[in-house]
Amino acid sequence: MMGPTSDDLATRSRRALDDEFLRRAVRFTVERLRDGKAKSTASIQDWEELRERARGIREHVIQHLDYYLARFTSELEARGQHVHFAADAQEAASIVLGLVQEKRARLVAKSKSMVSEEVGLNHRLAAEGIECVETDLGEWIVQLAKEPPSHLILPAIHKSRAQVQALFAADGAGAVPPETRALAGYARQRLRDVFSAADVGITGCNFAIAETGSVVVFTNEGNGRMVTTLPRTHIVMMGAERILPTLADLELFVNVLPRSATGQKITTYVNMITGARRDGEADGPEDLHVVVVDNGRSRLVGDRDFEPVLDCIRCGACLNVCPVYRNIGGHAYGSVYSGPIGAVLTPLLLRDEPRARELAQASSLCGACYQACPVKIPLHDMLVTLRQRAAEASDSMSPERLAFGTFGTVVQNPWLYRLTTGLFRALVRYLQRHAAGLLPRLPVISGWVRHRELPLLEGKSFRAEYRKFRKQAEKQG
Amino acid sequence: MKVALFVTCLVDQAAPGVGMATVRLLEQLGCEVWFPEQQTCCGQPALNSGYPDQARQAALSLMDAFESAAYVVSPSGSCVGTIHHHYPHLFDRDPELLERARRLIDKTYELSQFLVNVLGRTELGARLETTATYHASCHAHRLLGIKEEPLQLLGQVQGLELIPLARVEDCCGFGGAFSVKLPEISATMADEKIDAIESTGAAYVVSTDVGCLLHLSGRLARRGSPVKTLHLAELLWQAMRGVAS
Repeated sequence: MMGPTSDDLATRSRRALDDEFLRRAVRFTVERLRDGKAKSTASIQDWEELRERARGIREHVIQHLDYYLARFTSELEARGQHVHFAADAQEAASIVLGLVQEKRARLVAKSKSMVSEEVGLNHRLAAEGIECVETDLGEWIVQLAKEPPSHLILPAIHKSRAQVQALFAADGAGAVPPETRALAGYARQRLRDVFSAADVGITGCNFAIAETGSVVVFTNEGNGRMVTTLPRTHIVMMGAERILPTLADLELFVNVLPRSATGQKITTYVNMITGARRDGEADGPEDLHVVVVDNGRSRLVGDRDFEPVLDCIRCGACLNVCPVYRNIGGHAYGSVYSGPIGAVLTPLLLRDEPRARELAQASSLCGACYQACPVKIPLHDMLVTLRQRAAEASDSMSPERLAFGTFGTVVQNPWLYRLTTGLFRALVRYLQRHAAGLLPRLPVISGWVRHRELPLLEGKSFRAEYRKFRKQAEKQG
Repeated sequence: MKVALFVTCLVDQAAPGVGMATVRLLEQLGCEVWFPEQQTCCGQPALNSGYPDQARQAALSLMDAFESAAYVVSPSGSCVGTIHHHYPHLFDRDPELLERARRLIDKTYELSQFLVNVLGRTELGARLETTATYHASCHAHRLLGIKEEPLQLLGQVQGLELIPLARVEDCCGFGGAFSVKLPEISATMADEKIDAIESTGAAYVVSTDVGCLLHLSGRLARRGSPVKTLHLAELLWQAMRGVAS
């Protein structure tokens, strides 16, 4: 789930910031998405009430996840369909691989599935000589570029039309003009062959309805329909938390998800799949398998600090308003999930991956993510708690830990506070006057002066000024 | 009305003028201002860096300092936001301390909140011939819900042309430790904000928080921009003093 990179967040973000083109492309699209969301939610009078209801339903589901998963499973199995449970990424990929091999499939068509990215499915299949082609346009583009997706719902948000044209040319498109219609035309024609030749279709799952055993998939491109009807076998990969209790609950989320994601009132397609082809039906797969992926999720049920992260409906609204994401894009996070939700979810799912811990630093804690979240996940507070966990896991002699240990003592003793701040001010003032060249070499200050001027700490502190002011007033009074 | 000033460590050390402007303008409006010397910091730097124990130490010290105050007023949405938003969580395992924290929360106001919602004043008899744009600090507007108060106050300053800022609620990129831990991202965010500020053509950018303003002024200076930063308290006091003298 984390890329194989050994570099750190700071290095990756600097690389992204230097890529003027990437920043422009990402900014242009997220601005469009957030304005679209603002417009489409403004047209709903009780948006805040919808958010609260959506949050309430998600919370209820997560608190009773075992019950609803069992219900979903029994509904599906009663109709002769298959449900598999995967404890971790490895097992999830193994189950899918097993199914694909059982069908003797060489070609797999996949519509968008973040959980398949999370478990590294494509690599696993490729290692066994099975070609798995992404059929969501954006996913296909990043697959051709051999890159992971850089946004929850727009995987190729960082690519320009010219870059897409080059990728398509390398794929054999020849001289396709760099226009959206022509590029989409090429993809359509190429992917149509994949749809009809694939033996297995894999999709993700936006919502799983416990009451009916239905899998609900929102798409805009129609590829989801092709993948779920043409190949003989349909495999659904779903995170274990994707459940909604009833079809009636889905109505609310049909209102909430597309608006939050793209600003659409509804996506072009909303597929509800309740089993494979039945007797007398014209199309659809022969069998349907649902792979329910845990991979660290059930561990979060009951977690006082982090359980609500399972409420997430993967709309990407937090990415679209995040000023950090807007400037560094998704790849700088170094994980499949990026933006505020990625910065929270990644270290929680990858508990034993120390490199994931620093993601909690990728935020100014501005709170825009919480404000945008349709299910009100307090991401900004979770980031603070994750920083706490990272601090606890850090070396007890690390400079930061020692500094904050001192901070704790200083803030409790006003005289010590006056003394240390006074010394600090005097030191900075001295350096500013006599050795400004040293400032960029000092810890903390170096980070400031690299990009900003340091305020001149001339004059006295407020408390000294205030004392003088009161004395003067007394004299005059 | 007797008002205790929570000046914040940042104002105390890096922007004493903001503290003095707050004192003077509150007195001008008839408040009796006192400054409990025991106060240090609200604990936000420790909390946001992942050190809640040290943040609690700061919070306890602050609760002591303001124990006897009826009203606590501070020229910082961020520090007041920490008290309002984070103290309940910091003390949620100790009912007695939680009760003390709630008492502090109930009487603590950011300056513009206090002026508009407690004193009921928006017209301060102020006059300043200049142009300004207002930047909403994240903690003031998202943690405390301060949206209209600063604009109401600025709107009543005679002679002041207030020019709306595009994407006024977007973060300026300060973020405390974030500004030095990931300085490149922080500075890029400042540049987004400064581009928006410069396109208003205003002479000043005004905000409720010294953190945002130090970060923006540092970046404005590095860019060689002519735009100046002013804390809301400084602008209001300048404008009141101008009329008074």
